Amino acid sequence: MSLKSQNHKFADSERQLEVLNDNGTIPKFSEKMRIIGFDPLTASGIEILQINVGKMCNQTCKHCHVDAGPDRKEIMTRQTMEQCLDALRNSNITTIDLTGGAPEMNPEFFWFVEQATSLGKKVLVRCNLTIIVANPKYHRLPGFYAENGVEVISSLPYFSARRTDAQRGEGVFEKSIRALKMLNEVGYGQKESGLILNLVYNPTGAFLPGEQSELEREFKLKLRDGYGIEFNSLFSITNMPISRFLDYLLQSGNYETYMDTLVNAFNPAAAAEVMCRKTLSVGWDGYLYDCDFNQMLDKKVMSPSPQHIRDFQQSSLDHREIFVNQHCFGCTAGSGSSCGGTIV
Amino acid sequence: MDNYYQSADLSKFGEITQWQKTLGTKFFDYYNSVFKEGSLTTREKALIALAVSHAVQCPYCIDAYTSASLEKGADEEQMMEAVHVAAAIKSGAALVHGVQMMNKSKEILM
Repeated sequence: MSLKSQNHKFADSERQLEVLNDNGTIPKFSEKMRIIGFDPLTASGIEILQINVGKMCNQTCKHCHVDAGPDRKEIMTRQTMEQCLDALRNSNITTIDLTGGAPEMNPEFFWFVEQATSLGKKVLVRCNLTIIVANPKYHRLPGFYAENGVEVISSLPYFSARRTDAQRGEGVFEKSIRALKMLNEVGYGQKESGLILNLVYNPTGAFLPGEQSELEREFKLKLRDGYGIEFNSLFSITNMPISRFLDYLLQSGNYETYMDTLVNAFNPAAAAEVMCRKTLSVGWDGYLYDCDFNQMLDKKVMSPSPQHIRDFQQSSLDHREIFVNQHCFGCTAGSGSSCGGTIV
Repeated sequence: MDNYYQSADLSKFGEITQWQKTLGTKFFDYYNSVFKEGSLTTREKALIALAVSHAVQCPYCIDAYTSASLEKGADEEQMMEAVHVAAAIKSGAALVHGVQMMNKSKEILM
């Protein structure tokens, strides 16, 4: 069940920010950025429009920063999708990144993907894999993705059932393997097919991800030998200390150590290239954010930038000031973290 | 000094350079070089370190290399097998001296 349905205090994002900012020993992220010359941090154009088409999901993962789940009913309407398409036509944005929840559960999803791909831009879908086998109506997803040349990015936190299921729910690993085989069958992840299947690794606990290339090597070996599965690249992503993962950190007594680990691993090179500098995030209701994490903390792009996709004007957003807070340490730790994996 | 071991002391390891900078710096340079990827991967090195941590029974090292092994993608079975390797060597090292005991016994028994 989502935090929202539980009436959990963290369903209110301000309560999350209160916790993140109530720490005497942890330095301020904004101060760390000021020291390295980002005062303030600003965007440097928009390459990626990341569109969250809804919080509805067939899974309720323990670390989910969206607090997504079957009980979340917030989904993007076709009208808002049309506003997104209008904005894309009037921009030099190169990549459309569709996320959720399980974006496929939005009834307008198939229409939207066809419209998005017709714009001639790169289209990514963040597919949780299990949706493909969740219901017969979704079995056609691999073929649909292939026909539209969509790049598929899927979470698989580990190559064993125990750790995957511990984070994503009972039976998720087995279903994910079945879905990966279906994607492989239509050509995804196969050499020279041109159909890209990337996996996302994120730690199944209160520790940082290791070196991306080494994890990729290990995943390829285990998935190929164990299940005959092929994929292109592994993106290693750090868990952000917000929403359900923040709750997990506090409940498990790992919060302070985890924050210390993130702060001690602050990497100026990663900080200079954080994802939000080239990304604009759209919420299910059309409001604009610097990233998906700020979206879940309900921190819209700062005025005077237009705050809704219907008012999109790239020139007013290209160099906007970015809202930062303590959760941003998650993107700047170690090799850095973005929706496309490590940064440096 | 209420306890001989404090988990917070692990993060203060670097402070040993404060009282002997030259040797401390040399040690950490060497230490960091050892754990870089070489003929062995960083995951393999973390698992070796985890096993050795148990053999030398260092709580700081067990803390550090449990996290490091998980970060590098090791799974629970690999980590426990590494500990068994340490245990096997420790117990084997004791038991192999049984031969010495047998030799000595044969020497002095009728």
